[in-house]
Amino acid sequence: MNAPAYNFAYLNEQTKRMIRRAILKAIAVPGYQVPFASREMPMPYGWGTGGVQVTAAVLTPEDTLKVIDQGADDTTNAVSIRKFFVKTAGVATTERTEEASVIQTRHRIPEAPLTEEQILVFQVPIPEPLRFLEPRETETRTMHALEEYGVMHVKLYEDIAQYGEIATTYAYPAKVADRYVFDPSPIPKFDNPKLDNCPALQLFGAGREKRIYAVPPYTKVKSLDFEDHPFEVQSWSEPCALCGSCHSFLDEIVMDDKGTRMFVCSDSDFCARQRGER
Amino acid sequence: MTALLSAQSVSKSYGARAGCMDVCFDLWPGEVLAIVGESGSGKTTLLRCLSGHLPASSGKVHYSMRDGRHVALDEMSEAERRLLMRTDWGFVHQDARDGLRMGVSAGANVGERMMAVGERHYGHIRATATDWLERVEIPEDRIDDSPWSYSGGMRQRLQIARNLVTSPRLVFMDEPTGGLDVSVQARLLDLIRGLVKRLDLAAIVVTHDLAVARLLSSRMMVMQQGRVIEQGLTDQILEDPQAPYTQLLVSSVLQV
Amino acid sequence: MYVAVKGGEQAIDAAHRLLDEERRGDRSLPQVTLDQIAEQLTLAVDRVMNEGSLYDRELASLAIKQARGDMIEAIFLIRATRTTLARFGYAEPLDTQSMRVKRRISAAFKDIPGGQILGPTFDYTHRLLDFSLAADAEPAEAARAPSELRSDMPRVLELLGSEGLMEQPSAEAGEPEDLTQDPLNFPAGRDLRLQNLARGDEGFLLALAYSTQRGYGRTHPFAGEIRLGTVEVSFTPEELGFPIVIGEITITECEMINQFKGSTTVKPQFTRGYGLGFGQCERKVMSMALVDRSLRAGELGEERVAPAQDEEFVLSHSDNVQATGFVEHLKLPHYVDFQSELVLLRRMRAEIDIAKDRLEAAE
Repeated sequence: MNAPAYNFAYLNEQTKRMIRRAILKAIAVPGYQVPFASREMPMPYGWGTGGVQVTAAVLTPEDTLKVIDQGADDTTNAVSIRKFFVKTAGVATTERTEEASVIQTRHRIPEAPLTEEQILVFQVPIPEPLRFLEPRETETRTMHALEEYGVMHVKLYEDIAQYGEIATTYAYPAKVADRYVFDPSPIPKFDNPKLDNCPALQLFGAGREKRIYAVPPYTKVKSLDFEDHPFEVQSWSEPCALCGSCHSFLDEIVMDDKGTRMFVCSDSDFCARQRGER
Repeated sequence: MTALLSAQSVSKSYGARAGCMDVCFDLWPGEVLAIVGESGSGKTTLLRCLSGHLPASSGKVHYSMRDGRHVALDEMSEAERRLLMRTDWGFVHQDARDGLRMGVSAGANVGERMMAVGERHYGHIRATATDWLERVEIPEDRIDDSPWSYSGGMRQRLQIARNLVTSPRLVFMDEPTGGLDVSVQARLLDLIRGLVKRLDLAAIVVTHDLAVARLLSSRMMVMQQGRVIEQGLTDQILEDPQAPYTQLLVSSVLQV
Repeated sequence: MYVAVKGGEQAIDAAHRLLDEERRGDRSLPQVTLDQIAEQLTLAVDRVMNEGSLYDRELASLAIKQARGDMIEAIFLIRATRTTLARFGYAEPLDTQSMRVKRRISAAFKDIPGGQILGPTFDYTHRLLDFSLAADAEPAEAARAPSELRSDMPRVLELLGSEGLMEQPSAEAGEPEDLTQDPLNFPAGRDLRLQNLARGDEGFLLALAYSTQRGYGRTHPFAGEIRLGTVEVSFTPEELGFPIVIGEITITECEMINQFKGSTTVKPQFTRGYGLGFGQCERKVMSMALVDRSLRAGELGEERVAPAQDEEFVLSHSDNVQATGFVEHLKLPHYVDFQSELVLLRRMRAEIDIAKDRLEAAE
């Protein structure tokens, strides 16, 4: 019994072509969830199989790949996925946002602005923004087709009635190109403004749910809100304890068992650069 | 004047069994029509066909759209039909749980249709919802409560407010007072009668209760075994029923 | 401090080394071999092949060894391997009628043409621990039927069918769809439903099937026929144009006879549910047949009220590789989302304090 030799980036060419067709369709219809025949990958469903398949389909040997999870390059799952592509595709990798041509991410958009030369690939657990309001796929498909999105605002209305403000903090729904409401994956709503009019191509892959969708470059992305309760992002009362940034998303680190806390950038590359380490 | 809704030979069969057969009528704007019959007579099947919830086996139902077009329900696109259902039409279910979104507050229930047609100002939605709760006699301070905490009568009134908020021209009601206490029924009927008159609503009310038909409708149809056996002005039918079955109904139920 | 929160490649590598060590266990004992697993843990191998959707006893044995006996992990390994394999095309449909039968029973008739053949089964064994196995005792040789069994066992359901008592299997027009090549779309045809159930989790299907028996969507089942044995697999290479036998596999098949349907004018007939799986897997195929029948509720004009009749519910949650991945993904870091919730919660709480202070100050 011999170990098999894998194709470039693990997937066979036939599968890649199938995924690329889905990606092209997704780009043509921004925000629309394109069903695709997701394959079993050597990492578990829910751990980025959708993102990995999209990355595998768009990756070329000349690419430089960056993988982040929670904004950081050295979180366990980011390390694991980066190693997977080093092993199966042999591509160059980087931790620097500006050097990467393909960035696979879970839960964050890098703080540094992206460029037209870059593709950002999101890992998506539940692609359907209507899922928790309507569990049936047949019904949510119809709702998208007919632009029946009133129920999304019912959820926001309830938040305001109950808490005085919209209480959705991540996976915050937005409308793409004035047409499809989509789930930007569980990024904090802090990152939602970065989706809008972004020069980079943004691709979203949901492996277990078998859906691919896209926000093409320079596409309008509008977070749902009310006229008198406009969309707002989180802010922190203190800057990053390491780099002093006041404009980045901060992770909270519990320092001791007395509850001492420290706030630091979740984007580890951004933080290092702010500190002048690069 | 053209009919708001007209049914031409509407039939619905379930395999060999007939739900309703060969029903024809015109409903005029602002008119309330009662469909009366005992359970199994086909009245609910007919209501579901008329309201587009169930495709008829044969026959046609036409509706006069706000823009003046006279469109057959089965020739509408799904988008058009669904838009109609949440704007120009209302549907009041016998069990309020079928007509309400039980997981969200009363205010959200009333506001949902507004949001569905594009209202994006929280303050406006809230004010309109408050206004409608008042009109259906629900205290303002119950606006953020879940319908689960409401009594049966309140739920039914909430369901009515939820339907009327988009100013529909036609409301379908399926036994709207069924399952409520007699005193609660009387108050609800009073409320419905007032609203229908004030808003100049057309309504099709399905009921097994002749008292409901008498209070709400100007015209009625009596159904038996899937067929309309008698129709005419409500007062006339109740005073002078022609069909033996109607005579039986009137004599047995309306001995007040 | 900062580094400790983040993962790091070294930690992952070290954790994997530790896993290898734990898998090996006591090094003074010999390693379990793949042959031993394939020969002595046959039903485990069958389950991994079934739910892994790949008929390969050797790979399944390796997967079980690598997974330390964790069945879902082993199934996952096989599925991931399957992704990398080249596809040559589709085999011809299996002819289970010409199965070389090892076991074949019907609970609907006392005797059936071809006979009731008990075969190797746990049924009717007393579930008492056999301590002779602990002492590695070799079993006595089993007695076998003196004559060859019929090579074309008639199907019990066809015997009923010839009398018109059994509905004909619903043959949908066109080529069957392929769950592994196209995404599952709802509503799904019976072809896709059966494919989904065939690779579905045995425990999930068992529980659903059980629920139908307890009243959540009753189907009044009779085990019409269950057969276990080997069948030939044929394949038609494009360049030849005629089928050639490429091998033989062991499968289990279950045909259920269910609740009849008809009316005063349409002659009533029994309805059917179907189950098929790799290897010996009676529990699985029986469950599959019950759930298959329940999922036909819509087609048979029954009201869909029970979970087992709900196609989207059953088919979306039957796959244990998907299920385990998503449940276990909660172990992955969620710092960012959690932080977002923390920020909101703290602010909401603070606002209530501020409002209270203002109120007190005003009083």
